[in-house]
Amino acid sequence: MAIKAEHIDYIYGKGTAFEQHALKDVNLEIQDGEFVGLIGHTGSGKSTLIQHLNGLLRATDGKLYYNGSNIYDAGYDLRALRSHVGLVFQYPEHQLFEIDVFTDVCFGPKNQGLNKEEAAKRAKDALTMVGLDESYYKRSPFELSGGQKRRVAIAGVLAMNPDVLILDEPTAGLDPKGRDEILDQIKRLHEERNMTIVLVSHSMEDVARYVDRILVMNQGEKVFDDTPKEVFQHYKELESMGLAAPEITYVVQTLKSHGVPIDTSITTIEEARDEILRLLGK
Amino acid sequence: MGIIKTSKLIFDYIRKDEEENIEEIKRAIDDVSLDLEKGQFIAILGHNGSGKSTFAKQLNAILLPTEGTVWIQDLDTSKEENLWEVRKKTGMVFQNPDNQIIGNIVEEDVGFGPENLGVPTEEIWKRVDESLKSVGMGAYRLKSPNRLSGGQKQRVAIAGVMAMRPQCIVLDEPTAMLDPNGRKEVVKTVHELNRDEGITVLLITHYMEEVTGADRVIVMDEGKIVMDGTPREIFSQVETLKSYRLDVPQVTELAYELKQKGLDLPDGILTLDELMQNLLPRFAERFPGEVILENGGSHGN
Repeated sequence: MAIKAEHIDYIYGKGTAFEQHALKDVNLEIQDGEFVGLIGHTGSGKSTLIQHLNGLLRATDGKLYYNGSNIYDAGYDLRALRSHVGLVFQYPEHQLFEIDVFTDVCFGPKNQGLNKEEAAKRAKDALTMVGLDESYYKRSPFELSGGQKRRVAIAGVLAMNPDVLILDEPTAGLDPKGRDEILDQIKRLHEERNMTIVLVSHSMEDVARYVDRILVMNQGEKVFDDTPKEVFQHYKELESMGLAAPEITYVVQTLKSHGVPIDTSITTIEEARDEILRLLGK
Repeated sequence: MGIIKTSKLIFDYIRKDEEENIEEIKRAIDDVSLDLEKGQFIAILGHNGSGKSTFAKQLNAILLPTEGTVWIQDLDTSKEENLWEVRKKTGMVFQNPDNQIIGNIVEEDVGFGPENLGVPTEEIWKRVDESLKSVGMGAYRLKSPNRLSGGQKQRVAIAGVMAMRPQCIVLDEPTAMLDPNGRKEVVKTVHELNRDEGITVLLITHYMEEVTGADRVIVMDEGKIVMDGTPREIFSQVETLKSYRLDVPQVTELAYELKQKGLDLPDGILTLDELMQNLLPRFAERFPGEVILENGGSHGN
């Protein structure tokens, strides 16, 4: 068991006029090697929640365990936790600052106390993982395209060798191909390195395609925690929370409402295509 | 001639070193000649770095042509004396609402533009009123922008542009940072402004679903215009779009895949309704008595 949250409450600005109850009694467990999607409207508590998972925010109430130890215990090494649980913020390329790509990616591991050679090795590994070869190492990060910058920023977190990688909307602002490339790369990290992934996304289509399990946040509470197929069956409730289902869910639900005996748990194009062809006897 | 016209437009980003020597020239717009009709809803697609945003910035003279000409209602944007008029005619809305909102309360933010143009106070309040109503944010007039959702903030930003009474609004990925509801809100608002107020809209986006309702879709690649047509014409060409790093709406893709597998469907199906009109009669034939066609079978015409 990698991460376990018990009764997490978080209140911003407690005791002030701006007090806001951002997380309410959140319980969840994320196992090693899972690929989890986290969805919710803007302000639902997603970002607050992920900042708890690597100890950047401390719960007002509740317990958070990483590999069995309560991270709020006195003397718990939060610095080490942040190496294990890597967090890629929204628009991470805004945090690039070094003179070239390679130096930027070395920053994290150096900060962890690794020597120059070790840091360089980590950086090389991380850049390979995100699909950037040596021709990029000496380039200024500011000259790269949006998608390339984003990869450099993700490599910067990967270079710290995390066991869990949390990404806050890693595809925002990218073109469709760029979106697919980043997500495929993340999927590969999950499959080849058994990395635990938490993907925060506003794209229901992406979530349906990539993750094994979805957590849905609404007004600071966890309202669903299930497979994509199960969660998207509740598309009407999701809509009332400012979310939606993948377009394909609407296709199968509309067919069903007209009496077509179709499986309504279908969420991807490939599944819908095969099912429609099967039903039509093609 | 349309509201926006460009002739052989070229724009180069020029990088210089500390001694002002030219280090690198990157051509961002390469020989673009376009004529955009007043009152239309025009979408521009293209991958990151294809030149869309650079093109948008030409339309209210944030950037000026390296070669060629841009006219906004007959005004040449490169002439300095036209600058204010050009900027009044085309308003811009950008990706990040937090970078565009400056007022402490909503009405103040919306009034900033006209105030800057020297509009008399009475008239400013009238415009603030109308603009906020036109984007459906009238009830938020006295609220703090900080407290709004992303979609609401973006609508306030659009109201701020509307208050300057533009002929044309250029929106550069206005929904990239929004959740599904926020995206819907913004796209709906923009369509309403286009339909009810006759504002010419230029929407730049990476979300193919937002484009299906446009009058015209322009695809850019490497600074050039590579496709130009109605959404149906554009989205019929699934493979070509993919070669430009783009995509089609999921419904269109599903129809395309079904067609590839031998189902006889028309090209360029854009909406759920169209797909249903084509699929339901087949299911009704296959499962007689089980599948109901609404409106007593709207198949055919």
